[in-house]
Amino acid sequence: METIILFAPLVGAIIAGFGWRIIGDKGAQWLTTGLLFLAALLSWIVFLSFDGETQHINILRWIESGTLQTNWGIRLDRLTAIMLIVVTTVSALVHLYSMGYMAHDDNFGHHESYRPRFFAYLSFFTFAMLMLVTSDNLVQMFFGWEGVGVASYLLIGFYYRKPSANAAAIKAFVVNRVGDFGFALGIFALFFLVDSIKMDDVFAAGPMLAETQVSFLWGEWNAANLIAVLLFIGAMGKSAQLILHTWLPDAMEGPTPVSALIHAATMVTAGVFLVCRMSPIFEYAPEALMFVTFLGATTAFFAATVGLVQNDIKRVIAYSTCSQLGYMFVAAGVGVYSVAMFHLFTHAFFKAMLFLGAGSVIHGMHHEQDMRNYGGLRKKLPYTFWAMMIGTLAITGVGIPLTHIGFAGFLSKDAVIESAWAGTAGGYAFWMLVIAAAFTSFYSWRLIFLTFFGKPRGDKHTHEHAHESPMVMLVPLGVLALGAVFSGMIWYNSFFGDHDSVNRFFGIPTHETVDAGHGEEAAAEDHGETAAAEDHGDAAATEDHGTAVADHGAGVAPEGALFFHPDNHTMDDAHHAPTWVKVSPFIAMLGGLLVALWFYVWDTSMPKRVAETNPVLYRFLLNKWYFDEIYDAIFVQPSKAIGRFLWKRGDGNVIDGSINGVAMGIVPFLTRLAGKAQSGYIFTYAFAMVIGLAALITWITLAGGAH
Amino acid sequence: MIGSDLNIILPEIILSLFAMGALIGAVYSGKDALAPVLTWASAAVMAVVAIWIGISGEGTQTAFDGMFNDDGFARFAKVVILLSGAAVLLMSQDYMARRGLLRFEYPVLIVLASVGMMVMVSAGDLIALYMGLELQSLALYVVASLRRDSVRSTEAGLKYFILGALSSGLLLYGASLVYGFAGSTTFDGIIAAAGEEASLGLLFGLVLVICGLAFKVSAVPFHMWTPDVYEGSPTPVTAFFATAPKVAAMGLFARVLHDAFGGVIADWQQVLAILSLLSMFLGAIAAIGQNNIKRLMAYSSIAHMGYALMGLASGTVFGVQAMLIYMAIYVTMNVGTFAFILSMEKDGTPVTSISALNNYSKKEPGKALAVLVLMFSLAGVPPLVGFFGKLYVLRAAYEGGLAWLAVAGVVASVIGAFYYLRIVFYMYFGEEREDALDKTRSPILWGMLMASALLMVVGVVNLFGIEGVAQAAAATLVN
Repeated sequence: METIILFAPLVGAIIAGFGWRIIGDKGAQWLTTGLLFLAALLSWIVFLSFDGETQHINILRWIESGTLQTNWGIRLDRLTAIMLIVVTTVSALVHLYSMGYMAHDDNFGHHESYRPRFFAYLSFFTFAMLMLVTSDNLVQMFFGWEGVGVASYLLIGFYYRKPSANAAAIKAFVVNRVGDFGFALGIFALFFLVDSIKMDDVFAAGPMLAETQVSFLWGEWNAANLIAVLLFIGAMGKSAQLILHTWLPDAMEGPTPVSALIHAATMVTAGVFLVCRMSPIFEYAPEALMFVTFLGATTAFFAATVGLVQNDIKRVIAYSTCSQLGYMFVAAGVGVYSVAMFHLFTHAFFKAMLFLGAGSVIHGMHHEQDMRNYGGLRKKLPYTFWAMMIGTLAITGVGIPLTHIGFAGFLSKDAVIESAWAGTAGGYAFWMLVIAAAFTSFYSWRLIFLTFFGKPRGDKHTHEHAHESPMVMLVPLGVLALGAVFSGMIWYNSFFGDHDSVNRFFGIPTHETVDAGHGEEAAAEDHGETAAAEDHGDAAATEDHGTAVADHGAGVAPEGALFFHPDNHTMDDAHHAPTWVKVSPFIAMLGGLLVALWFYVWDTSMPKRVAETNPVLYRFLLNKWYFDEIYDAIFVQPSKAIGRFLWKRGDGNVIDGSINGVAMGIVPFLTRLAGKAQSGYIFTYAFAMVIGLAALITWITLAGGAH
Repeated sequence: MIGSDLNIILPEIILSLFAMGALIGAVYSGKDALAPVLTWASAAVMAVVAIWIGISGEGTQTAFDGMFNDDGFARFAKVVILLSGAAVLLMSQDYMARRGLLRFEYPVLIVLASVGMMVMVSAGDLIALYMGLELQSLALYVVASLRRDSVRSTEAGLKYFILGALSSGLLLYGASLVYGFAGSTTFDGIIAAAGEEASLGLLFGLVLVICGLAFKVSAVPFHMWTPDVYEGSPTPVTAFFATAPKVAAMGLFARVLHDAFGGVIADWQQVLAILSLLSMFLGAIAAIGQNNIKRLMAYSSIAHMGYALMGLASGTVFGVQAMLIYMAIYVTMNVGTFAFILSMEKDGTPVTSISALNNYSKKEPGKALAVLVLMFSLAGVPPLVGFFGKLYVLRAAYEGGLAWLAVAGVVASVIGAFYYLRIVFYMYFGEEREDALDKTRSPILWGMLMASALLMVVGVVNLFGIEGVAQAAAATLVN
């Protein structure tokens, strides 16, 4: 069943990509969509029937070279199961949605078949993403990692006639390469130190790595920290964290369904997935975790500020995505990986929905993307409006404070913020996230008010012809809305409930946590019978944490999808956070909403006045903190200059010059000389022979015969 | 005693008897009318003898007190010589018949030249060496001027004869010096007398012998006859010049150097390296200026001999092996190329200008592709077989301590690639021309061309096992 999930999208991609001339435009669309729905259905079956025990499914042997042994295999645990449903569900819905969205496209002529290509890319992306999340070793994961990169590149540049789309595609590719370099170095380092890239071996080596020093570049580093940071650099690239975030907003050049699938719900969360997957390493790398937390919090804040002033509807959501990914990294950084996954899970639903909703608006408004030209669309696009409303309620975190009732984002985001408070003792990360929550609320509501409320602005003609989208586009919105409303409430306990339920959900043996350590012996023994590492269980139950850690050093991979260090109590602390902490995100949300109402409903002249009174700040935000400009000055222009130098001077003058000089000057000269020597007279020829003979004799007399 | 000696040279005797019988028979019967039959028969006899030698011969035997050797090396060279000679005869028949050139002496002379070459590669004595060399050369002088009424052909024959006489003089002078200092004409005696360190007189003799042989392989600076003779001779004769005699001369070269002077490798190594270097570069550079494809092939063969000499210059078993492989590949490529040149004609008259190939690919895509393969292979472009030939000699030179020569060889091959690729360029990207070449009429030429091109591609798999055979052959020579 897992194999079918994995390969159904690939089959669809190959048939649609290469065989669409045979099965036709429609055939390609229905085939890929159908296979994706099959994969989604099977994924849900796997997810719901999964018992928490890690399974390994071997597919084929891949690389065997020296001690490097790599198989293509599926590692099925809770983490994989979650990603399976996220990926296949969103992908299936996006496929369906795309049938409507891509039906007519002004970027292509009437007789061009661009749809099968689009669907083939989408399906190929899904395959690569599944490859990434199911991988049982790091090389396979890297394969998927690069595969999604390629698919992302192809889809961002899907409108290949637009120079801006091509530039964005290249930018995404190049920026990701920087991250991938770190990721690859991390894999090399792991192989260097552990001599294996299998997940199990790598996980088992966590304690060993924590005590190893390794020299890299200019100094000695703790191996676990170094590897964790290198892996996180890879995650930064893919998940558009600060420094390497610049490609994500530009990636909005791709068609909107692509933005929903790749640049909101799935691919960009791969970095979060990577950090969670490698939790047995990160748990032994406290400095690396601090770095993750800091960068995540900063990104969340930075992206939210930029989102405040953007006018392109897709760019607002793109910065929102960037910001929400920061939230996830904070959760992972403070060691509460389950909450990171929780936010990833809920975010996939509501963010995909926001994007698809935005796509529906764009579709209805004839590819107008500037929100300043929207307004009053509530009546024209009623279903889209309600979908967007649900999405906004979810992302801003609307719910009843101090209960577990609310939209998906309410539960997961509050969990993140509580964890941040507990993990940093109410420090930097916590405050950044709370402020970012207020900003999130503001720009999300701003989007709603500008788009659906007020008076129609912009081109009258466009507004008159604005129309609701067809059913194939509305149905996915409806399904995602269900997820946006309920996914938080249903799975709250599993991701962020008490220890037992979280451990059960992720298949973590109970005795590894503090609670079980204090628990009754009978319970521990009871569990020891089911756990594979029996002696290990006893040791942990009866002895202190020190021995438990030492026990890991013996080389047993921790069980379960996630690993919590025995000293990691952050989740418990988060549960016992004071009330003001728990309420703070809700208050931030209310603040943002009120300001948005004030600015865009009650007094619509306010934004302009604020912008005019703070021109520096406004321009700073509008230009995204000038990251692109700085990078252009620091990296792009010098690279271009070096390239130009090597091209014109190095290649053109030196290499071409010398080659051309030899080829067009010296060789023809010698050719003419040889031609002249060939006089046709016998005496010349005989003379040459005799001269040659004389020279050889002389030489051998002087040199050869001298010894 | 004499009976076993005769048994060893039975192939040579059979071919000689066949040639003499054919000569007398033709003179007293139909004369030139018999020529086509004789051509076919000669080709068949040569092919049969080649197969016979290839299959039956084994071990190392000597005849006439060491004057004549029958070993793996000789057999390898003989098979290549006879098969290429037979192939050239087959290709000649149609071409010469249509131009009234097909005289009955032609096949007879080719067979006699082949006998001379067989004696050359088997020689174990300076006298046998000279006998074989002269038998071959005299036959070739005659075929070069086969077209008696053509000034160019007779000029070619005359030039070849006079310069050949000069080279024979050098060789004989060298041989007499060697005899004078070593006190023996047999190779065994010479190597024993030379020991580890040859006297200066012996070295003089050695250098003179090398010069005489270098003339036969047309190594620079003893090459100057080659372009003129190649151009002036009838094309089938040129094809023959470019193939079998080169193998024989290289074989003789290897035999003299290793059998007679194997003890003083360091002394002749530098001479050969110089000859090799000059040949490679002159062949590559001078060919660029050529518009006549026959002259171009002359320079091409000079360059290729440079590479074969490079293998020999390494002075190792592997070097001899590399040389043998190189020569076998070279002959195969040249048979195919000359099959194409023979088929180049316009309104029945032969064409040798390269510019006539303009846009040839449009007219005959199949043949153009075959020529493309051959040209790439001649230039040594991977993955074609010609590349592996070069690879072997370069490796031999490197392992023999002549890394500088290997580097120079690579540079020369880059320069040389120009004129091979120019032919391809004309065929595929040339301008449209009115006076296009005629369609091929001869199935034999077509078949030879295609087979040769196919071998260049298919042979990549394992070079038809030639590596092992050449290795065994080289091992019998060097010890």
